[in-house]
Amino acid sequence: MGSVTNSALEKEHLVHHDHVHHDDDHEESFITKYVFSQDHKTISRQFLITAVIMAVIAMTMSVIFRMQLAWPGEKFAFVNALLGDKWAKDGILDPNMYLALVTIHGTIMVFFVLTGGLSGTFSNLLIPYQVGARDMASGFLNMLSYWFFFVSSCIMLASCFIDDGPASGGWTIYPPLSAVPEAMPGSKLGMTMWLISMTIFVVSSLLGSLNYIITIFNLRAKGMTMTRLPLTIWAFLVTAILGVLSFPVLVSAVALLIMDRSFGTSFYLSDIYIGGRPLDNVGGSPILFEHLFWFLGHPEVYIVLLPALGITSEIIATNSRKPIFGYRAMIGSILAIGFLSFIVWGHHMYMTGMNPFLGSVFVFTTLLIAIPSAVKAFNYITTLWKGNLQFTPAMLFSIGLVSSFITGGVTGIILADSTLDINVHDTYFVVAHFHIVMGLSAIFGMFAGVYHWFPKLFLRMMNKKLGYVHFWTTLVFAYGTFFPQHFLGLAGVPRRYYTNSNFPMFDNLVDINEICTISAILGALAQGIFLFNFFYSMFRGEKAPQNPWNSNTLEWTTPMANIHGNWPGALPVVHRWPYDYSKPGKEKDFVPQTVPLEDGEQDGGGH
Amino acid sequence: MKLLVLLAIVLLIIAGHQLLRIIELSRGLKKTTEWQVTSSDNDRMGKIMLVFMILFFAFFFWQAARWNERALPLASSEHGLKIDALWDANMYLVVFIFLVTNFFLFWFAYKYRGLTNTKAVFISHNNKLELAWTVIPAFALAFIIIFGLKYWNEIMSESDKADKIIVELYAKQFDWTARYAGKDGKLGETDYRQISGSNSVGMDTADVLGNDDVIVKNEFHIPIGKEIVFYMRSRDVLHSAYMPHFRAQMNCVPGMITTFKFIPNKTTMEMRKDPYVKHMMAGINKQREKFGEEPVEFDYLLLCNKICGTSHFNMQMNLIVESQTDYDAWIAKQKAFKTVAVKP
Repeated sequence: MGSVTNSALEKEHLVHHDHVHHDDDHEESFITKYVFSQDHKTISRQFLITAVIMAVIAMTMSVIFRMQLAWPGEKFAFVNALLGDKWAKDGILDPNMYLALVTIHGTIMVFFVLTGGLSGTFSNLLIPYQVGARDMASGFLNMLSYWFFFVSSCIMLASCFIDDGPASGGWTIYPPLSAVPEAMPGSKLGMTMWLISMTIFVVSSLLGSLNYIITIFNLRAKGMTMTRLPLTIWAFLVTAILGVLSFPVLVSAVALLIMDRSFGTSFYLSDIYIGGRPLDNVGGSPILFEHLFWFLGHPEVYIVLLPALGITSEIIATNSRKPIFGYRAMIGSILAIGFLSFIVWGHHMYMTGMNPFLGSVFVFTTLLIAIPSAVKAFNYITTLWKGNLQFTPAMLFSIGLVSSFITGGVTGIILADSTLDINVHDTYFVVAHFHIVMGLSAIFGMFAGVYHWFPKLFLRMMNKKLGYVHFWTTLVFAYGTFFPQHFLGLAGVPRRYYTNSNFPMFDNLVDINEICTISAILGALAQGIFLFNFFYSMFRGEKAPQNPWNSNTLEWTTPMANIHGNWPGALPVVHRWPYDYSKPGKEKDFVPQTVPLEDGEQDGGGH
Repeated sequence: MKLLVLLAIVLLIIAGHQLLRIIELSRGLKKTTEWQVTSSDNDRMGKIMLVFMILFFAFFFWQAARWNERALPLASSEHGLKIDALWDANMYLVVFIFLVTNFFLFWFAYKYRGLTNTKAVFISHNNKLELAWTVIPAFALAFIIIFGLKYWNEIMSESDKADKIIVELYAKQFDWTARYAGKDGKLGETDYRQISGSNSVGMDTADVLGNDDVIVKNEFHIPIGKEIVFYMRSRDVLHSAYMPHFRAQMNCVPGMITTFKFIPNKTTMEMRKDPYVKHMMAGINKQREKFGEEPVEFDYLLLCNKICGTSHFNMQMNLIVESQTDYDAWIAKQKAFKTVAVKP
């Protein structure tokens, strides 16, 4: 396939490398360039496009079950067309399929979109670019990371097409429901596939995370000290560390579950009578699984959130034309959140039968985490203060993130309090809380990142007006979908109910559910604007200039071409922190990191 | 029909494609850079930020005004009233934070929108300010933690009352069974291997303590003013015994016994006469009329609140709170376990 060369590759050949050696001088085939690529930029694009596809699937699932919740028993030809006669006879959703959709929606969104998609895309794109490296420490492992992710996505999607349906015990897959095939159809082959898919996913995540950590520690450009790193990199670093420390625990939980399911062990099972017979398993405890699961599960929340917060820090500072407020406090809070995230998992388990004293310890640690979170929120707001705000679509989404982070975060203070959790545990109050604080914040961060770094991803610009329409419709309908769900929770509606119509006490909530569903449908349609803008701009958008947002960080010093090794000549040398925006005495309102300090000029916010 | 839909989609795509080409061509002529943010964009977006904030807050207050009356009625248990008071105190605090911080966020977005000659001020940090917003939340959280844990310890402590009623809630896919300790005040031992059609909760028939236990389905009764100590068990998968009106919840875990206790302080009949509940039931029955269903009266409920399989959404049991005399009369009519024949 020697004929498949593009102008970028040719340019690359023209560049004379005299003192830098790297292996980009040989011809690349289509396969090594676009499929099994070891280039961080290509891998980043692969992650992003896979995540976009997965997100569309998971979002469509949510529309289907939201329609069921608002109009139970109604016939929808659209649902029948998607799910077929087996799962939606006459267009009425089957209860087992409802649970399956809820489960797979959660799994895809949490792991495949907001973990794989968000970290995979932006850690890969930005770490080598922003620390000033030619590529990741190991391009080969990085490539494997994507392909494991791809395989695990395929297995997860394939599980939706098997006879018994996919895993359907909720994304937390608590045993014994998930361990005993007789408990529900989704606990048969679908559950096995879920477990295999997630194990492969963890392999992908570990390969990626180790690479990110090593790259950040070892491949920083000359002058790029840890306190000159953009906050994006700090966030990606802590995220990767969290992933390395917590994902293996999920694998061990999954391994034990596989043993219980297939090899007759009793790690999680005891005293069970099901399917008309008593099981032999004695002595295990489902609570063990819950501990192992949430030991991953809670850091996972921050694995999802921190990259979004990092991206936002960078975008808000750039577009406020002002340094990020409290750079060191921001690093401190990222580290504090990272540390605390390991000792708060028990707040998911207040009502599980766990010792209440242990519960009170988790109340304490959980509420502590509100402090660094509050510091971050306040610092974002003060970064806007006295700024010169440039409302790019990325900036709008970043402000949206801060709003949803606060709005969803404050209800976390309620839920962290075990006493108050008693009555809203597992109700829609929780659903509203985590969708706003984690779902919306992280997806807003991801959108912000896509709009902001699209020029580096695809060398073209996205359409601004469509971006504006996309932001405002998304923000309005996202709040429209999730805010009313707090009130469902206050009325005591449990989550994961196929319909509320079996309880007369919930009959007066029909209109609330309708508002949620209509908002969800409109919000989903609004994503069409984004999808169009994304794919259209990829091929036909305006050509990107060198530094469209007048930003300081290193990625904007690389040529607008996808070249191996990122910089055609020598690597850049860093002289200052990344937030010298509107510095007094400077000609322009930004000073890139590669510009040397003047005599007597202070770095890091002094002037 | 499907063909027609397909045809329409194809035509739409072609039309869209043509439209785009026209836009692209005209853009080529004008040589604009569409992506560049102008000060008039900033002006417009900043103003929309402000409008959004007003609408967002209006939406919040509209929901609160309209839907607060659909929230669960005031707790029907003694500890539940404390939870409600704590809930309100915490809720006022977080709603205040929600409003103030969102206000500053959107207000600053509006106020500092980049216009033609605006400039940013180089401010990198402010130690005093940062210390303030670390310490103030820390104090607020200390308050929340202290009160929360005080109540938590009270609620979850072991019962120290001599005069109490012991009820076991037994969960299985997809119904509930209640078992009363009987005259001896002690529940009999259980053994899941002895579960059978006539021994649905798996009583250990060798244990005489279980002989006077009373097992009931569909509906169970408890007296007002007395401490009810619940023990929860599960036959198959995780369930959660959720009695929202009493602010009570605890998971049912196969292989272990979990517990929760409360003192009910309002009978079912009192609840039916309560003005808040009456208003709420009127709303419910109005909606039921629209559905063409029979009106209902208020009842306490036990729901399953942990995903447990296909019919998770319909796993419920009625709960009646009544006076001690009514309760005594009701329990006397129930059959003790030993009178129900069990073949080992």
